[in-house]
Amino acid sequence: MTEFLQQLINGLAFGSILALIALGYTMVYGILRFINFAHGDVFMLGAFAGFYLAPKIARVLPTPSIGSGLAVLFAAMLICAAIGVVIERFAYRPLRGRPKLTVLITAIGVSLFLEYTGQFVFGAAPKSFPRLIPDYPIAHVGGLSVTSDQIIVLSVTGLLLVALRFIVLKTKIGMAMRALSFNPEAAALMGVNTDIVISFTFALGSALAAAAGILFAINYPAIDPLMGILPGLKAFVAAVLGGIGNLPGAVLGGLIIGVTEAFVSGYISSTYRDAIAFGVLILILLVKPSGLLGKKEVEKV
Amino acid sequence: MTFKHAKLLLLAALLLSLLISLFAGRINSYVLFVLYAIGINIILAVSLNLINGYTGQFSLGHAGFMAVGGYTAAVITNQFGDLNAFAAGALFFGALLAGGLLAAVTGLLVGLPTLRLRGDYLAIVTLGFGEIIRVIFQNMNAVGAARGLSVMHGYTNFFWTFGTAAVTVYVVTALVHSTYGRGFIAVRDDEVAAEAMGINTTKYKVTAFVVGAFFAGMAGGLYAHSIQFLTPSGFNFMQSIAIVVMVILGGMGNTPGVIIAAILLTLLPEGLRWLAGIPSLPGIAKAYPFAWVGNTRMIIYSLLLIGLMLTRPQGLFTWKRRPILPA
Repeated sequence: MTEFLQQLINGLAFGSILALIALGYTMVYGILRFINFAHGDVFMLGAFAGFYLAPKIARVLPTPSIGSGLAVLFAAMLICAAIGVVIERFAYRPLRGRPKLTVLITAIGVSLFLEYTGQFVFGAAPKSFPRLIPDYPIAHVGGLSVTSDQIIVLSVTGLLLVALRFIVLKTKIGMAMRALSFNPEAAALMGVNTDIVISFTFALGSALAAAAGILFAINYPAIDPLMGILPGLKAFVAAVLGGIGNLPGAVLGGLIIGVTEAFVSGYISSTYRDAIAFGVLILILLVKPSGLLGKKEVEKV
Repeated sequence: MTFKHAKLLLLAALLLSLLISLFAGRINSYVLFVLYAIGINIILAVSLNLINGYTGQFSLGHAGFMAVGGYTAAVITNQFGDLNAFAAGALFFGALLAGGLLAAVTGLLVGLPTLRLRGDYLAIVTLGFGEIIRVIFQNMNAVGAARGLSVMHGYTNFFWTFGTAAVTVYVVTALVHSTYGRGFIAVRDDEVAAEAMGINTTKYKVTAFVVGAFFAGMAGGLYAHSIQFLTPSGFNFMQSIAIVVMVILGGMGNTPGVIIAAILLTLLPEGLRWLAGIPSLPGIAKAYPFAWVGNTRMIIYSLLLIGLMLTRPQGLFTWKRRPILPA
């Protein structure tokens, strides 16, 4: 039972990080209908932004403390939001309306560019992430150990989800996003500025990915330029599992993948862990391609 | 590319590669190794071009099939000790075929369920399968798991490499130029219209996948007996991407272009490595001023991909868009 609870908590912590990344995939897919392959690397850049900012912020604020942790988190989110907007502006916008495959290949190109430029600039060796927030063991019941880091991951994710829900459902730009994903032409005719909304979507998704990057770095303290590949792919699977284009679906998918992975590595073998997400993806695409919460789309000529 | 004398060309290519392989002893072994890499990459790129270029199914898992073929062929030849030249040749041929066939079976198993998907979904699923294949090899103790597998015999030679490459080019070209093969192009150009015309699109897609996987498997066998050491991480996502870049650079559905791209992209890292070894000019810099160039292969690939898609999505070596078949 302790073992079960332990794996559940580990899984939920990793799953909520995946959920934050998956939201970026699903928002971009909902509006532009393409897989932003480079999204996992924005997650990596978020972690590295935190890595380079932390010493700077430590000069102003006492570190480790909650204040400095939040400052690093918000700064990294801002930086990555800007990076997301730049990527969209220079790589994807010139290709709007071109065949899907062209955009997909470009996205793979951007992803490789970020990874290997990262390796060139940051160095390929894993770096240990500085401690931003003091770590307390919260509970030690029997063999069960819950750390404050895990609680922070869960609570920050929860707060960001509430904020996202507010933006998407209650603000004007959120309404424009929903309009665009429903019908881009009609939205444009109604006076929605498509370019601004798309830029905003990329900024929002990239900021969430950056937050995921920081949370990941807090929990698993080594970061390297290729760290975004696997979580990125798993988050994409999570988005498809929940129904791509569907925000609650992305969160649900992320949590399911995270928990499944934790159970597989806890009870079966950790070496098979990385194959789980792909197995889930293949299964879901065969059984219910629209995902758990997605609605079925019919291809029209 | 005119297709009239294709059989003669194939025969000529086979004879020429046999002839050159007789004189291979006089060639520097590093040069030979690079030549084998070129031949292997031609096989990989041309076979992937059948799937990605002619049939329009974007697959990102070619390295997985290469791994299946490579491990299969290596396990077979590792069962035998030293053999005379003829027996070794027969064994190697059999091992290559077995690797190719097992890769083709894998291609069938992967293709049947996934090829109902389109475009970007297919790309992700094939990527996923490629990774699953790699994880399986990583956990298979019989082939050394993550430690890797030593391949005892260096059977790969000029004849096998370029003979297989010539056969690959011939089969792919003959296939897409045949009456049957028009279906591949129809599926690529408009899947819905092709289906409305009574073409069994799934069958064509699976055929392309199986044939492509077969040759990728043979390439894997050649690779295994050239480098003589296999690790699962050598067949990762990046290897698949490298093959995809060759196809895109050459122009999807343009076999001669893809061959040129395969040659250039094999020579590029070797050239960069050579640059990296140039001693510094006196008084300008410390030793090896170009050492950084060696690490930039993937950056160059990525910029090539982005730049090509923005400016020449049809590839570097496709000058005009012409129909595959003369009207």
